[in-house]
Amino acid sequence: MNIIKLLESLSNDELLNKKGSRRESINHFKNAGKNIALASIPFGLAATSNKSSAATMSMATAAIQASPTDVLNFALTLEYLERNFYQMGMDTSGLIPDGDKDVFGQILKHEVSHVNFLVAALGDAAIDEPTFDFTGGDLNLDTFSNYQTFLALSQGFEDTGVRAYKGQAGALANDNTLLEYALQIHSVEARHASQVRRMRNEKGWITQSETTIPSTFSAIYGGAIPESNTTQGGVNLAGMFDSYGGDDAITEAFDEPLTMAEVNAIASIFIV
Amino acid sequence: MKKELIKEEKNLFPPQKMGNSRRDFLKIGGLVVAGSGLLLLSCNNDDDNVIVPPGEVFDLGSGDLGILNYAYALEQLEAAFYTKVLSGSYWMGANANEKQILEDLYNHEVIHREFFKVAITAAAPSADKVLPTLEFDFSSVDFGSRDSVLGIAKILEDTGVSAYNGAGKLLQNTDYLLIAGKIVSVEARHASAIRDLINPGSTDFAGDDILVDLAGSGKAYDKATMPSAILAAVGATGFVKTEFTADNLPTS
Repeated sequence: MNIIKLLESLSNDELLNKKGSRRESINHFKNAGKNIALASIPFGLAATSNKSSAATMSMATAAIQASPTDVLNFALTLEYLERNFYQMGMDTSGLIPDGDKDVFGQILKHEVSHVNFLVAALGDAAIDEPTFDFTGGDLNLDTFSNYQTFLALSQGFEDTGVRAYKGQAGALANDNTLLEYALQIHSVEARHASQVRRMRNEKGWITQSETTIPSTFSAIYGGAIPESNTTQGGVNLAGMFDSYGGDDAITEAFDEPLTMAEVNAIASIFIV
Repeated sequence: MKKELIKEEKNLFPPQKMGNSRRDFLKIGGLVVAGSGLLLLSCNNDDDNVIVPPGEVFDLGSGDLGILNYAYALEQLEAAFYTKVLSGSYWMGANANEKQILEDLYNHEVIHREFFKVAITAAAPSADKVLPTLEFDFSSVDFGSRDSVLGIAKILEDTGVSAYNGAGKLLQNTDYLLIAGKIVSVEARHASAIRDLINPGSTDFAGDDILVDLAGSGKAYDKATMPSAILAAVGATGFVKTEFTADNLPTS
């Protein structure tokens, strides 16, 4: 695996040379996301499909999904956000207790890598880095003076990142190379999320759509397919596992996607 | 239902396909278990709960169905392991936090296992294409030892992450891909928690020992491992007693 292969993959994309501004990209995502409702096809139906018919029926949304370049720029926006957030956190004297610096140093290192990887992969198509305001503008969050706020936002960004990558898996399904790279990042974000959640005395996994971060950010666990979803592959599992943690455990056992529009609505709170 | 004893000597994979299973197994991440064998055995001579007829070995199948059966096998392994954990003396005497985490993992893996059973049964053209209930042997694991239990849990969860990451591109149906995506991040959350229990407050939750580099950008990515290598590693643990083959899984 190397960047050349990735670039070859991208070179087939007609949109490669279309370098949109961040705003254009965000607007595009919003439009694209508006109509996206991931289809839930019962396994019995999908099972008889070959590749082409499965693609047709299972992703009715395919036609309005973002291009791989758009997906990578969408991912890059989130990685920029995370990188800047952790860099500012690590650079703020007295914010992160010494005992937690290994953890956040490791997370920062990963986000720096993800940014560099995506920028290299996109080349000229990479969006410019947005300007971030982690006080959330009118929200006036005490992000870098109150460690608890920093932790809460960290959890929110990581859980959002997991859901954001997951939501784009279908859009990358026809490009095995990009799909695999995205999956390899996606699960690292989940490792981060679990760690930060546990540092906040939450479970590492998401129960229902519950959260202890400010209700302003409830969208992080909500959405068209909220974290509280119990229907998987067209089968409603609710009530089927009462001896195994019940519906709470069902919702913990499956993470759910967010659409680009849903993610951008969350991220835009912190983008100037 | 009797099985030929000679089956006990049969390898899961033909040598030319599998290569050196020990070497492959070491390559994907130190899945070393004391007393592990290289073979998946079918030594269920006194077991009447096996669906596969005598003389026949279940093959995972081809296409998406094969990948779903593959995932089902991994989930069966994880669920069986945590079932043993929850009846072991380490778990019974563990502190409330560790008990809760391991009980949650048990619940999640049972749910994954049962979900796949339902889903594959619905998707398969006939019942004999659904991976049967596998038999496991965890006699090499000391369920009274925290180090032993958490060490194996770490391996299983990390393996699950790299397995789902590697299987994603092999799936043709994007609904299945989304399902895999919904599960793999939960496996990663598990791996992170187990790793932090072993070495609290360290970088191990997403450690340099398990992550890999992409394009020179640094170790910031989980592995994506093909089923052949995963199954070789799983076979090398000696945990899986029921023999099955994976001769027809997609490879690209």
